[in-house]
Amino acid sequence: MSAVLPYLLSGISVGGQYALIAIGYTMVYGILRLINFAHGDVFMVAGVMMVYLSASLPLYISMPLVLILTVLIGFAIERVAYKPLRSAPRMSVMISAIGVSYLLQNLCAYITGGLAQQYPTVPGISNTVTIGNATTKVVTIVTPFLVIALVVALVLLINHTKIGMAMRAVAKDYDTAQLMGIKYNAVISATFVIGSFLAAVGSVLYFTNYTAVTYTSGAMPGLKAFVAAVFGGIGSIPGAVIGAFIIGISENIMKGLEAILGAMGLSVNVGLATFSDAVTFALLIIILVVKPTGLFGEKATEKV
Amino acid sequence: MKTIENKRGMLITAIIIVAFYLFVAISEPLAPSNWSMLFTVLKKGSIYALIAVSMNLLNGFTGLFSLGQAGFMLLGAYTYGILTIPVADRASVYQYFDGGVVQFALPMIVAVILAGLVAAFFAYLIGLPVLRLKSDYLAIATLGFAEIIRAVFQWNVLGPITNGSNLLRKFPYFTSTLSYLIVVGICVAAILLLINSSYGRAFKAIREDEVAAEAMGINLAKHKMLAFCISSFFAGIGGALLAMYQTSVQASIFKSAMTYEILLIVVIGGIGSISGSVIASFLYIACSEWWLRFLDNETILSTAGRTRFIVVMAVIFVALLAMMIFRIVKPKNKEKKRGRYITGGVVSAGVLVWLAIFAATGATKVPLLRNGFRMVVFSVIIMIIVLFFSQGLMGTKELPDLFRKRAKKAEKEAAK
Repeated sequence: MSAVLPYLLSGISVGGQYALIAIGYTMVYGILRLINFAHGDVFMVAGVMMVYLSASLPLYISMPLVLILTVLIGFAIERVAYKPLRSAPRMSVMISAIGVSYLLQNLCAYITGGLAQQYPTVPGISNTVTIGNATTKVVTIVTPFLVIALVVALVLLINHTKIGMAMRAVAKDYDTAQLMGIKYNAVISATFVIGSFLAAVGSVLYFTNYTAVTYTSGAMPGLKAFVAAVFGGIGSIPGAVIGAFIIGISENIMKGLEAILGAMGLSVNVGLATFSDAVTFALLIIILVVKPTGLFGEKATEKV
Repeated sequence: MKTIENKRGMLITAIIIVAFYLFVAISEPLAPSNWSMLFTVLKKGSIYALIAVSMNLLNGFTGLFSLGQAGFMLLGAYTYGILTIPVADRASVYQYFDGGVVQFALPMIVAVILAGLVAAFFAYLIGLPVLRLKSDYLAIATLGFAEIIRAVFQWNVLGPITNGSNLLRKFPYFTSTLSYLIVVGICVAAILLLINSSYGRAFKAIREDEVAAEAMGINLAKHKMLAFCISSFFAGIGGALLAMYQTSVQASIFKSAMTYEILLIVVIGGIGSISGSVIASFLYIACSEWWLRFLDNETILSTAGRTRFIVVMAVIFVALLAMMIFRIVKPKNKEKKRGRYITGGVVSAGVLVWLAIFAATGATKVPLLRNGFRMVVFSVIIMIIVLFFSQGLMGTKELPDLFRKRAKKAEKEAAK
């Protein structure tokens, strides 16, 4: 058990960070049926902005500023790149998302000069603590609690407020929702605002853990968060969170599998850590083949 | 479908293609050395053209949304590399794995075909479970497979075959641009023939409506698998050519970003247009590698050159801005294209502001131009194309359709 603990801890922590990104994917997909490929890059842009803003501003100003700016970027992306294509085929919107992702990455590559930037230390959560035999940062412990608090708040928002009701209505049937007087565009904007906000929070937690920010650092977490959303059943928020935790934990267990087996007396030395990313996708394909709509996905009936 | 014969268009297209091949064949041995960029672009562009066409066969003609192309390219590239490294060089390439286990080298062409076959075989294995999935789920599953393949090829245990995470190199490659173009030409022609065969019509039927296609007696599973395997076969060949072009292979470059790039090319060219994909690949590669290259260099102009630069740029962009404003104020025949003109106006105003700052500061160094700016401009161009020309360059038209006579065009409209 003691050998598993450090990997389990970092798995839970990374899982929580994926969960925050995954919510953005799953909400947008639920409403627009769009894989928002740019979401991972919004997460990365939040990291890059934090690097530059904290260089000149104190942390108590720069951190809220990053959250606000990220929300604005998410909002602007939706207005500029997705809204004009509302009536276009779904493929065009997705290509637009890929284009935005490409633009954000190239812009950040240009600004950072393509070099990895050191993420600032956030007092309190960057300190190290020791639990059992595992030494880790405070952020590892904080993440799951923060994630659960945010998710509970979000679920309350969706189930008990007017805008939440509008979101559920649009996700169910957008034509009828419009007929009922729901402002479709406002609902979509709200979705993007919430998604970007959570991605910004996720980026603070994630980059406090992995302190280097490069222009490609959004790609893999973004992809994995999306996989987590599909894994849990895309469109379902609890599904995305549970999927993200499963994926974060299995990825980190895979990283340390040889050490864990070694502690159990089995000596394996074949470089299994190479598969720490691949195991995510393997899990995804297994779940899709067994249950094509994911763990908590609603079964869609096809009308002919 | 081709309801009306378009002999004129076909003829013109044939002449263009033959002229293009002749131009490359004649100019390459004679061209001065500063033309080398042209041939680099032609090589890489033709490889991307093949891969884009193979992706279009799947996404555009069969309606299967797959994002696994990078994985199949990787399979092709590695198959080619592993099978063709000369026996004498294996010890140095596989230096960490005692020369590797493969101790023979195949002729290039055999290896290229095997590269395609290996990719197609893996596509078959992957397709068995995955092709039952629909739209986005299929996309994410194939993307996942590509990532898994990438991890497997970097695995140290397979090192004696794949050289682990090290480079494969020293394999033979084509030196002349013409050989790339010929291989690509043959493959694209094969795909064209396929699309115009009964299989191609079945693919299109599946794209339009799966249920209706099945009702017409098309075996969905069989045809989807066929399209998937054929597309992967050509992606594998494309991967082998890419390996030759780069003269080395490393698994880490075949990321999902590569698939997205190819998807962009397919969309820019027009989903469902083979000639669109080919033209878009050449333009895409030329823009990203060549025409915009000057944006990456810190440019310092002489005083005279600076004045000339400012005047020329100012004239172009003031004219553009004026045109855009005119179009915004007086829209022509009620077209809903204001967004286009507003974007055009904003972009040209931005360039003018940039130019004004440059003129005002009196510096001789052109502002903003430094490493990475090329890709920023390039992605802005792509965004503009995606937002305002969502049909792509060609829509679903092919090259011969562009040379149709006007009268015939009207006739075709009537026939519909």
